[in-house]
Amino acid sequence: MMEIRNRQEILLHVNGDRRRATVRGSDTLLQVLRTELGLTGAKPGCENGDCGACTVLVDDWPVKACLMLAGDALDRRIETVEGLHNTGTQRAFLEHFAFQCGYCTSGFLMVAEGLRRNRSAAHDLEQIEWLRSNICRCTGYAEILAAVRDALRSEVLKGAGLTLAPAASVPS
Amino acid sequence: MAVGQSVLRKEAPNKLTGRARYNADLSIPGILHAAVATSPHAHARIRHIDKAAARESPGVAAVVTAADAQGLKCGEVLEDRPPLAEEETRYWGEPVALVVADGEAEALAGVSRLSVTYEPLPAVLTVHEALRPHAPLVHPDLSGYRQAQPPVAPRAGTNIADVAHIRKGHAEEALRDSAVVVTAHYHLPPVDHAAMETRSARVEILDDGRVIVHATTQAPFEVQKLLARYMKTQQGLIIVNAPLIGGAFGGKTTVQLEILAYLASRAVGGRPVEICNRREQDLAMSPVGPGLEADMTLGADRYGRLTGMKLTVYLDAGAYTDSSPRIARAICSECTGPYRLEHIETDVYTVYTHHVYATAWRGFGHMPLTFVVERTMDKLAAQLGVDPLEMRRAAAIKPQDTTPTRVRLTKSRLGDLDLCLRRAADLLHWDPTPRDEGKGTVRAQGLAALWKTSSSPPNAISGAIITLNQEGSLNLSTGTVEFGPGTKTTAAQILAERLQMPIEQIHVHSHINTKVDPEHWKTVASLSTFMVGRAVMEAAEDVIAQLKQVAAIVLKCAPGDLEVAHQKVYLRDDPEIFVPFRDIAHGYSYPNGDAIGGQIIGRGSYVVRHITTLDARTGEGHPGPGFTVGAQGVEVLYNRRTHHYRVLTAVSVLDAGRVVNPQVARGVVMGGINMGLSYGSREAVLFTRDGALENPDLRTYKVMRPGEQALQYRVDFVETPQLDSPYGARPLGEHGCLAMPAALANALSRAAGVACDTLPLTPEVLWQLAGMREA
Repeated sequence: MMEIRNRQEILLHVNGDRRRATVRGSDTLLQVLRTELGLTGAKPGCENGDCGACTVLVDDWPVKACLMLAGDALDRRIETVEGLHNTGTQRAFLEHFAFQCGYCTSGFLMVAEGLRRNRSAAHDLEQIEWLRSNICRCTGYAEILAAVRDALRSEVLKGAGLTLAPAASVPS
Repeated sequence: MAVGQSVLRKEAPNKLTGRARYNADLSIPGILHAAVATSPHAHARIRHIDKAAARESPGVAAVVTAADAQGLKCGEVLEDRPPLAEEETRYWGEPVALVVADGEAEALAGVSRLSVTYEPLPAVLTVHEALRPHAPLVHPDLSGYRQAQPPVAPRAGTNIADVAHIRKGHAEEALRDSAVVVTAHYHLPPVDHAAMETRSARVEILDDGRVIVHATTQAPFEVQKLLARYMKTQQGLIIVNAPLIGGAFGGKTTVQLEILAYLASRAVGGRPVEICNRREQDLAMSPVGPGLEADMTLGADRYGRLTGMKLTVYLDAGAYTDSSPRIARAICSECTGPYRLEHIETDVYTVYTHHVYATAWRGFGHMPLTFVVERTMDKLAAQLGVDPLEMRRAAAIKPQDTTPTRVRLTKSRLGDLDLCLRRAADLLHWDPTPRDEGKGTVRAQGLAALWKTSSSPPNAISGAIITLNQEGSLNLSTGTVEFGPGTKTTAAQILAERLQMPIEQIHVHSHINTKVDPEHWKTVASLSTFMVGRAVMEAAEDVIAQLKQVAAIVLKCAPGDLEVAHQKVYLRDDPEIFVPFRDIAHGYSYPNGDAIGGQIIGRGSYVVRHITTLDARTGEGHPGPGFTVGAQGVEVLYNRRTHHYRVLTAVSVLDAGRVVNPQVARGVVMGGINMGLSYGSREAVLFTRDGALENPDLRTYKVMRPGEQALQYRVDFVETPQLDSPYGARPLGEHGCLAMPAALANALSRAAGVACDTLPLTPEVLWQLAGMREA
């Protein structure tokens, strides 16, 4: 483990790219992503690990970026919401209107994406267990849970060689 | 074509890719940061502020205190709040000084080196303490404050900032002659908005006099006007930008950080300065939703008909009034709940305490009011031995009745409460009798009804500007900010419907700039659909008239022969003779090159009509353009041994007038239900005995998390059009939460056999109530 004194340039693996950033030892991954790398998709909501709005994937697992020092992210594979491109998870959130103000959405998407990659067969209670790390103040949560369920279901079907119909028009 | 369709929010795709940008995402390199030194006492005299060490701290550019604000007092209604505490601090967490530095870390380090000497003073921490004779005064100079937006009635020499009244009929005699009278006391704590995005502001003062503001605000035009007044400059020089907002719930109507950021920028020669609340600061320093104490007496004759009521409410405004006097009048206006009552005596006191001050919170006082009224209704039904549903149906206010402020109701103005009640009861499979489910568990239901109008100023305005792109697509500019309910999309739907064109060809922007966008009073009170919609309709008529005028020349006919639809102007009797928008949007060019017309630019402007301020003695007046009524209910499974419970089903039926966007409306209502149940079951801003905030983070200030929500939502709407609203739509943004705490308390009172007259209803509170019953 390297020690960082004052400001030091480090190399981070973010969304498939190698990115240089100048950090202090006390900088969190969240601060560095937002101010050094311009990746503002991860949001500060509490900077205390309580709300999950800053969730990113580190080696495919959801991590609250406000609770991880940037220095601890060296040699780890970091993915932010900006690294998601037309995924089933995003489509499911769109179809289920699973967000309103959108501020917590990146965090929920990353938890859902982590679930999809690590525990795609998770049952409802396990899904809830994962999602409880995050807070949404706008929705009734049912929309988010339905979106996550759908995202996982499409993953399971894909594993079985099946695909869901492409995102249809919005159900009313 | 567009109205009545579940259209995706215009900004939806960007919210799924991290590209939707909120205020803090739009910061600029090299900006200075202001950190706030806040009061560690609920009430203290500031003896001395030693700035030297902070000023010498690396990276610090300035230290700002009250002395730099030159006696400025702020306040929406009553100007009672210095932006930085002057001689005294009046709440724990009140801003005392700003340290402006190169970065947030440097600014915070500067704050830690600031030395403030306080002399703690006795604090008043409940409305009862505040109302005692000889209580310490929160504002000894109460009579000296400027009244910025009357009515407000401060009582000098007391902690009463304001009193609002309703006097209608003869409540005293009506109650004396009643067969049954119930009286109850209610206590509801202050609550936080806890929007996921904390509040922030950036200000830059340019040498040409312009002031550039970027803020998390629901009221950019209010920020513009207030800053212009406070800083004695032209409104036109204050340019307020409001980007996408990460949740608001009323908490971003207040103007606080904008003023602090202005003072900070001024202290460093106008350089751009940012102030961004950390969560703890957002909870402790920035305003909350008001708590209250209330006493209600309600009478009925022997047939169960309501006779008269008395209501006294003590609103805990905290240290400053902000919008509390307006909330007090909103409570007065609808103090009966949606019921017919001719004899009313209501007093709402706005009381200063040494708590963090209060501001608008989703529903503008109607959620606590609904709790008080609907708990009392259930008690009265129990006394009379009648079904609470049937009692509400019989008492429901109807067209031709008058409201507490003596507004005569019409079907259009009111909607259909009875239909809402019946449908909610059906969805809940209404059964007022608790059912034993074995193993100490019991299943019980609760119902509550709601109503609300806007309680907006009589001169609230809204505008819309439509410009046409050359290809024939449209740009729609309105003054509402976007924080979730999809106001921009709704406006686009209304325009698409009126012009009979695809909504994909209508472009909106979610970033408001007060210099270029027409004013919308504030994005509050669920009024956007109505007010913006009216302005959009007028702008659409303007566009249609202009299109027809040019098309009439091109098609060699009278404008009256023409119709507009599908981005074409065509002959009514032969639609195959037409000119497309793209040929006339920027003027029409003849084959030889000469042109007529010009860019089509439509404008619409709306001001609410017939709204009046309420009479100081009787409350008579007209508080809003129309009402939204509704009924909500829950079914809970309650464990009598552990006092834990689960909301099995949550039901909501609102009279939406016309549902413009079904899935968005459903989502907004489900979110409201969740917020209402969160408030009812776990939320409270807690203070220590010394007045310090006890739960200043989201680990201890509990809000609903995934999996804790109602197991099942049943959301429905009835549609009684409000005739003066576009396509009949009524407000519904706030309403999903309004009756939920009341419904929950009614269900739990039945399940636990106790009177749940306080919130939040945690298992611990229920255990205490059960213990009191047994004692």
